[in-house]
Amino acid sequence: MTLIALAAIERVFHLGETDVHALARIDLTIAAGEYVAVVGPSGSGKSTLLNLLGLLDQPTAGTYHLEGRDVTTLSPDEQAEVRSRRIGFVFQSFHLVPRLTAAENIALPMMLDGIPVAVREQRVRQALLDFGLDKRANHRPDELSGGQRQRVAIARATIMQPAMLLADEPTGNLDRATGEEVIHLLEALNAQGMTLIVVTHDATLAARAGRQIMMEDGRVKSDVSHAASTASTSA
Amino acid sequence: MQYSDILRFARDAATAYPLRTLLSVLAMAIGVASVVLLTALGDGARRYVVGQFSSLGSNLVIVLPGRSATGGVNPANGITTTPRDLTVDDAAALLRAPAVQRVAPLAVGTSEISAGGRVREVVAAGSTASFMAIRNFQLAQGRFLPEDDWRSSAPVAVIGMTIRNDIFGNQPAVGQLIRLGDRRVRVIGVLKSTGQGVGMNTDELVIVPVALAQALFNSNTLFRIMIQARGREQIGAAKVQATAIIKARHGGEEDVTVITQDAVLATFDKLLGALTAAVAGIAAISLLVAGVLVMNVMLVAVTQRKAEIGLMKALGARGSTIRQIFLTEAAMLSLVGAVTGYLLGQLGSLVLRQLFPVFPAYAPGWAVAAALMTALVTGLLFGILPARRAAQLDPVDALMRH
Ligand SMILES: Nc1ncnc2c1ncn2[C@@H]1O[C@H](COP(=O)(O)OP(=O)(O)OP(=O)(O)O)[C@@H](O)[C@H]1O
Ligand SMILES: [Mg+2]
Repeated sequence: MTLIALAAIERVFHLGETDVHALARIDLTIAAGEYVAVVGPSGSGKSTLLNLLGLLDQPTAGTYHLEGRDVTTLSPDEQAEVRSRRIGFVFQSFHLVPRLTAAENIALPMMLDGIPVAVREQRVRQALLDFGLDKRANHRPDELSGGQRQRVAIARATIMQPAMLLADEPTGNLDRATGEEVIHLLEALNAQGMTLIVVTHDATLAARAGRQIMMEDGRVKSDVSHAASTASTSA
Repeated sequence: MQYSDILRFARDAATAYPLRTLLSVLAMAIGVASVVLLTALGDGARRYVVGQFSSLGSNLVIVLPGRSATGGVNPANGITTTPRDLTVDDAAALLRAPAVQRVAPLAVGTSEISAGGRVREVVAAGSTASFMAIRNFQLAQGRFLPEDDWRSSAPVAVIGMTIRNDIFGNQPAVGQLIRLGDRRVRVIGVLKSTGQGVGMNTDELVIVPVALAQALFNSNTLFRIMIQARGREQIGAAKVQATAIIKARHGGEEDVTVITQDAVLATFDKLLGALTAAVAGIAAISLLVAGVLVMNVMLVAVTQRKAEIGLMKALGARGSTIRQIFLTEAAMLSLVGAVTGYLLGQLGSLVLRQLFPVFPAYAPGWAVAAALMTALVTGLLFGILPARRAAQLDPVDALMRH
């Protein structure tokens, strides 16, 4: 089943006189349940692509179908709804709210969605157990290690049971061992059926993914799938 | 997002930045406190003056001999005659007026008082028992003039507190005989001290029956006739009736002036009321300043919490939810500031009242309500801009460039 279908997506930033083509005519489909690594040199448009996929940013041209629905034409509130229910983000710098405890950070998406406290508490308790954070529930982010912080962030990203998880260099701020731990966690979620799209600079990490998309100058330079053992190159 | 969650979230956000929260709360508090305190001062002044006037007696109408300068010349009377004096009989005649409840004749003169070897000059007032009710006198000791025939000149006197202290020191005064002019009179009562107010200072007064006073001064004229109307709305009627009765008794000539305390009072009341409103208006400007400060603080908060706002958007928060969160926070700051200011203002008024017990420094209800409302409204109004800015923040920019 096709989860994501991008057609002729462009994203142009205007910087004074010059136009920066962060994304130039991207055509891309990603099926539900895939594990995709996005790689490429700095400035090649990886983050821009991820932000578009996560509806944090709008394309300058082209269409984006998510689960068969054209989401580029949705109103801001409808897009917020899609972000809330279908998309989970994991960031390089975690982005935890510093004054909230681990449990409160995990509950944040549910709180924003208006889910009742009782349901929230029950789901957070389960998530804390699942992510090995049950002893850290009432700790604030500055009382947690980097790995623990990222686990809180992943718990938060998945608490609404989204269709896909978007991670922009999720291990960028972690040491090797902790980074691998986090990757294993993400892969476990993917194994349960969640679509996983990871932007990374790390070649060995990228190699673990079922599919590698190589970006260059806002274009998809290569798109290699291991599992299907088919390689397609688009430019 | 549920309202309870918005409230809790806004509260936690406010307490997470204690300094800026304290600042805006303080600004709002000072604004509200100054409105409360200044209007308490203004309205206190109004109450003080009004109180002083009503301590002269309520529903008071006063008859003075002689035509007031503002009165026109009566064309029916070509010849101008010297005004006739007011007499005790004139005063007694006024009791017939339906709008009149009480009448007290008043003869005033100076005399010498002596007792136990001490002598001093005093102002003596001759009147009747009704004088006490009309003028709202309070007794410290003994009783007031007896309810006698107005022509009876019983040798009794009621004295003011200063006289009492001067003559008797700490000896009992009631029951003692004193010499007043060439008469021996018995002290039957002492007036409570009132201090210096509007009108005559009763602390230095000796009050005797009107007939005795006239005998002392060797004159049968009156200084004033004091009238108490039956009610506030009867004051006008009492004035008209009193004028008519005296005119009839004085051969159809209107040779007296009748004044009501109400007219003077209303003017003062209006004047000081306007003053209070003006002072409240000036103080309200500090509320505006507080509103601007709240706005600044909230704008700083939006900048400070850019990443958090971006994150909430990424997590699926609508623009309206973010707007609500920041508006709620601004409202909270204003509310806490307003309540704190209200308490501070009331405390300040209390201290003022403790320091100056005669001065009724109570902030009027309308001022308190207006101050609290203005604080909330300005807080909310000035919260709108920061809240909108937060809601319109570009999430990518907020998250990435942090
Ligand atoms: N808000 C912006 N305004 C202007 N130019 C932008 C903006 N965001 C991104 N760009 C430009 O778009 C291009 C792609 O940026 P992007 O952040 O997607 O790169 P990236 O592949 O994620 O790089 P990195 O690996 O360094 O994170 C870059 O040239 C960048 O300068
Ligand atoms: Mg990037």
